[in-house]
Amino acid sequence: MSDNIVEIDNLSFGYKGRLLHKGINMVFPRGKVVAIMGGSGSGKTTLLRLIGGQLNPNVGEVRVDGDVVHKQSLDGLYQLRRKMGMLFQFGALFTDLSVYENVAFPIREHTDLPESMVRDFVMLKLNAVGLRGARNLMPTELSGGMARRVALARAVALDPQIIMYDEPFAGLDPISMGVVCNLIRSLNDALGATSIVVTHDVHETFTFVDYVYFVSGGVVVAEGTPEELTNSDKPFVHQFVHGEADGPVPFHYPAPDYKREVLRGHDV
Amino acid sequence: MERTTIDLWVGVFLALGLAAIFGLALKVGNLTSSNVGETYTVTAAFENIGGLKPHAPVKSAGVVIGRVDGIVFDSKDYEAKVTIKLDKRYQFSKETSASIFTAGLLGEQYIGLETGYDEEKLQSGDKIKHTQSAVVLEKMISQFLYNKASDTKSSDTSKAAE
Amino acid sequence: MFKGLQGALSSLGHRVIEGIWRIGAGARLFSYICFYLPEIFKRPRLIVREIFSTGVLSLLIIIVSAFFVGMVLGLQGYNTLQKYGSSESIGVLVALSLVRELGPVVTALLFAGRAGTAITAEIGLMKATEQLSAMEMMAVSPVARVIAPRFWAGVISMPILAALFSMVGVLGGYFVAVPIVGVDSGAFWSQMQASVDFRDDIVNGVMKSLVFGVVCTMIALFEGYDAPPTAEGVSRATTRTVVNSSLAVLGLDFILTALMIGA
Repeated sequence: MSDNIVEIDNLSFGYKGRLLHKGINMVFPRGKVVAIMGGSGSGKTTLLRLIGGQLNPNVGEVRVDGDVVHKQSLDGLYQLRRKMGMLFQFGALFTDLSVYENVAFPIREHTDLPESMVRDFVMLKLNAVGLRGARNLMPTELSGGMARRVALARAVALDPQIIMYDEPFAGLDPISMGVVCNLIRSLNDALGATSIVVTHDVHETFTFVDYVYFVSGGVVVAEGTPEELTNSDKPFVHQFVHGEADGPVPFHYPAPDYKREVLRGHDV
Repeated sequence: MERTTIDLWVGVFLALGLAAIFGLALKVGNLTSSNVGETYTVTAAFENIGGLKPHAPVKSAGVVIGRVDGIVFDSKDYEAKVTIKLDKRYQFSKETSASIFTAGLLGEQYIGLETGYDEEKLQSGDKIKHTQSAVVLEKMISQFLYNKASDTKSSDTSKAAE
Repeated sequence: MFKGLQGALSSLGHRVIEGIWRIGAGARLFSYICFYLPEIFKRPRLIVREIFSTGVLSLLIIIVSAFFVGMVLGLQGYNTLQKYGSSESIGVLVALSLVRELGPVVTALLFAGRAGTAITAEIGLMKATEQLSAMEMMAVSPVARVIAPRFWAGVISMPILAALFSMVGVLGGYFVAVPIVGVDSGAFWSQMQASVDFRDDIVNGVMKSLVFGVVCTMIALFEGYDAPPTAEGVSRATTRTVVNSSLAVLGLDFILTALMIGA
């Protein structure tokens, strides 16, 4: 058995001829928390969908626990997904079910446990995210941070080996952010799982992850532990980590010369 | 399995639906009169059936006792062959005659049966021998006009004879 | 001039191709629904819940409209029939028009507006808020868990609603004919019973509504499932549900009627 639970090998993916990823290689060792960082629109979320088998790569492959994801049958894919839990950007809670039923959903779908055991499991998971008291609320009654935590409880309801987080910090206040950071780390260690965090929040992320991949322009531009990257003098990493407006990632979307465009129609 | 209010409402809904279908069948439709247990089949040949249709009622003394099952054209005798399903409860003589009538002036057409005096009864598969065709309005009118014309002619000649 | 014509032709071609593509995709969704049929029998509770939201919640609008339609038929029928001295036939007129045509068709149109739009909007929003994706990632098929129960609930609800519509409509006609205009109650029912055939009229009406149930629910589900995951996309899909369902119901009604009368 390989030390890496997820391996991405020379992966290219794109829509309608426009390539989003151009030969990405990544490995995710068991038991680690790994972050994938990059600017908005750099295809980070798409990477999670490729790992989960919701999209198929054009070239290359993703292996989860040794199995090539896009070569699975539907049944095989569902078997693989049983090993994964995913936290969506805004939680994606089922709005017609209560908090309790949301967390119970994967348990009810995949097991035939009696109601009393389902209840014990749900309470355990809700307690882990600190929302045992909110079990009878509906998702619309929750704040953004609480919804995220319920979704997290749901994602780990069946003790997955891989937990994927899609922008777990987007739109959270600093307190909720800290709560979610701690939860990601503690759940990962408690479950002995591997976590993949897609985010662009440098400072929060660097406090708790083991390893970081920087993605830009469809390739991995830098990788390393948070310490290595903080001290890196690569221009892109420097710009990203320190949040500078202009640098290798230009402030301007490619456009014709500004002066010429402003003066179009006038005689210069 | 615990019960919920939703179950109750869906139960009410399904019961209402069943009641509606039963109501339609019994109160609005003719399920009660058309589906009366066992039947036996006889045939009858008519020269002209007019506007008779399958499912048309078969009556005797004004009571519905059966239905027309099918109508085919017999290309040997150039007649219409009508199959009739009759209620098992009603027995008719072998000499029964069948006629095609119209309900009201312009209503639907039906078959009327009039029993004969033969002791032997009609059996399934038998053929009713005495039949009377439907009255075709056009034929009747042309006959009436013809008679009228010949009447006037004869009265003319009688006048001339005087 | 030539350019405009070319543009019109090419947009027409695009729409035709788009339409065919959507029909194919809808058929594929339908085949998935059939594939997951056994799943449904394992959990009838899911269908019960959906029958509540598609069927039970449509009861009020169906019953109220049916009563009014029946009353209008009664009034109009009486007005016309009494000129020919056959106002007793009012029951026949009300019952036949309801059982054969108005019951299934108007129910299907109301269903598309009441339940169909709700289905489309709900599924479109579930897609937009990634609930369907989340389900897939939990190794639960959204077709089995979300789409199929709604489909079967719609197919079950429609004939029931149509039968109720016909029955309540006949009662509405009775209400106008007997207490208000004074037609004899016995004549009203007996004339009706003499002319309405169980197999030719009532069973055929129920069959029509069954077909409409399949088509309307399928259109609502497909539009929701296919909607672009944005507010605008969902609102357009909802509109398309009503338009396409109504067109499909009226067109199919013609075909079905032709088949049934021919048979």
